[in-house]
Amino acid sequence: MTEVKEHKIRVLVAKPGLDGHDRGAKVVARALRDAGMEVIYTGLRQTPEMVVEAALQEDVQVIGLSILSGAHMALVPRILELMRTNGLDDVKVFVGGIVPDEDVTALKNMGVSGVFGPGANTDDIVKYIRESVSAQA
Amino acid sequence: MSDEIAPSLPPVVKAIRSSRRELSRLLTRIENGEADKDLAALFPLTGSAHIIGVTGAPGTGKSSLVNALAKHYRTTGRTVGIVAVDPTSPFSGGAVLGDRIRMRDLSGDPGVFIRSMATRGSLGGLAHTTVEVVRALDAASFEVILIETVGAGQSEVEIAGAAQTTLVIEAPGLGDDVQAIKAGILEIADILVVNKADRPGAESTTRALRAMLDLGHRTERIVHHGQLMTVPAANPRVDESSAWQTPVAQTVAINGTGIAELAEHITNHLRYLHQSGTLQLRERVRIESEMTDLLRETLLMRLLHQTDPAHLGALVDQVQLRRLDPVSAAHLLIDLSFPREEKQP
Ligand SMILES: Nc1nc2c(ncn2[C@@H]2O[C@H](COP(=O)(O)OP(=O)(O)OP(=O)(O)O)[C@@H](O)[C@H]2O)c(=O)[nH]1
Ligand SMILES: [Mg+2]
Repeated sequence: MTEVKEHKIRVLVAKPGLDGHDRGAKVVARALRDAGMEVIYTGLRQTPEMVVEAALQEDVQVIGLSILSGAHMALVPRILELMRTNGLDDVKVFVGGIVPDEDVTALKNMGVSGVFGPGANTDDIVKYIRESVSAQA
Repeated sequence: MSDEIAPSLPPVVKAIRSSRRELSRLLTRIENGEADKDLAALFPLTGSAHIIGVTGAPGTGKSSLVNALAKHYRTTGRTVGIVAVDPTSPFSGGAVLGDRIRMRDLSGDPGVFIRSMATRGSLGGLAHTTVEVVRALDAASFEVILIETVGAGQSEVEIAGAAQTTLVIEAPGLGDDVQAIKAGILEIADILVVNKADRPGAESTTRALRAMLDLGHRTERIVHHGQLMTVPAANPRVDESSAWQTPVAQTVAINGTGIAELAEHITNHLRYLHQSGTLQLRERVRIESEMTDLLRETLLMRLLHQTDPAHLGALVDQVQLRRLDPVSAAHLLIDLSFPREEKQP
């Protein structure tokens, strides 16, 4: 077709774990939309399997995980492992939520490329995503 | 989805039938307008899926119904592809695609593939590339393909050109129900669904819809890229008595009530399409209109490509000075690229 080619950044925003709060995740989803991205929003209580399956089907470049329950050290390694077995090694992962400093280092060592605390500015998340995606291409 | 019997399949078809990752990546290329060759290669392997459109006002329960129907089809062993369309923000060009929220029951099932799409500026309730994404799912051998349109409420008539069976979803308690189905939506419904039948008002909504159906007489219509087209009414194989009678089904998508009955209506409709010849007739109209659109677009691009920008600018000047009218100016340009010979009707 002769139309103008469009390359939208596609991001999955997921809320794994059992806590029932998705206000933060929704704020991030809207901010990314307002920055021109296509955000697939999957809702509450996603298992790691659901997150990775959705990322695969939607062919996203970035996964954002909102975790407030403190369960990040259990959930994130499992998600990263499933991503590897599904061939999603090139997909970037960031975590938003309450993450103690020592865990930030641990998460980054595992392969998480961004960690944003509850007070993080959504502009920083937008910037992080744009930079991660352009580094990929 | 294995293919030992067909070693001569095009590589792209082999790839998308054996790898969900490959399928997913192809869908992205299609959305980005970079898959013409792949689409050409897979086209001969399309045409087997039953394509079902689901449309209706926001919040009527389209996603929940798609989820329930997909679960039903999985119990019959059929594989299901789902395309869920949500609107792109005209301000930012971004979108929040949230239909998967209602489809979590389907996760973990390798016989289901769900893809969310943003409209990216298209207005008819689908994205420009939705039909092509559906073709890829068809070639990937999904047997039933469900398309959820944008929930705009009135303008999403394009679905009738993309689907074989179109479900129009209503729900009680959305204010003036009859209002919500006025704008051409009733004409595109092959099956009307009153979802949220557990809510008060379901009976009166159903009665109102039945009354509207009794008033109207059924003509074969096809919508493509926003244009409503009437298929030759005198289809020799359909007389009045055997014409399709649009049923009104009641469902509760969140607990499965009425879904088996709805699926039966859908099966009956497919049978009707086959037996009456309507399936082929509709497909012909659809192909013709797709080709016309492509011609329009391609010829325009060629013409603009051939045209000297200075010449175009000079003609614009002439029009602005009122020395030439816009129609004559356009004809001057067209005649340069396509010299007129003997006029053919
Ligand atoms: N009571 C009741 N609620 C339902 C039923 N079906 C869906 N819902 C609820 O209605 C709300 C909207 O459902 P969705 O499936 O998201 O509706 P939709 O038409 O896809 O919405 P949009 O995509 O935003 O246009 C959700 O809260 C559902 O749980 C039903 O049969 N009965
Ligand atoms: Mg929906």
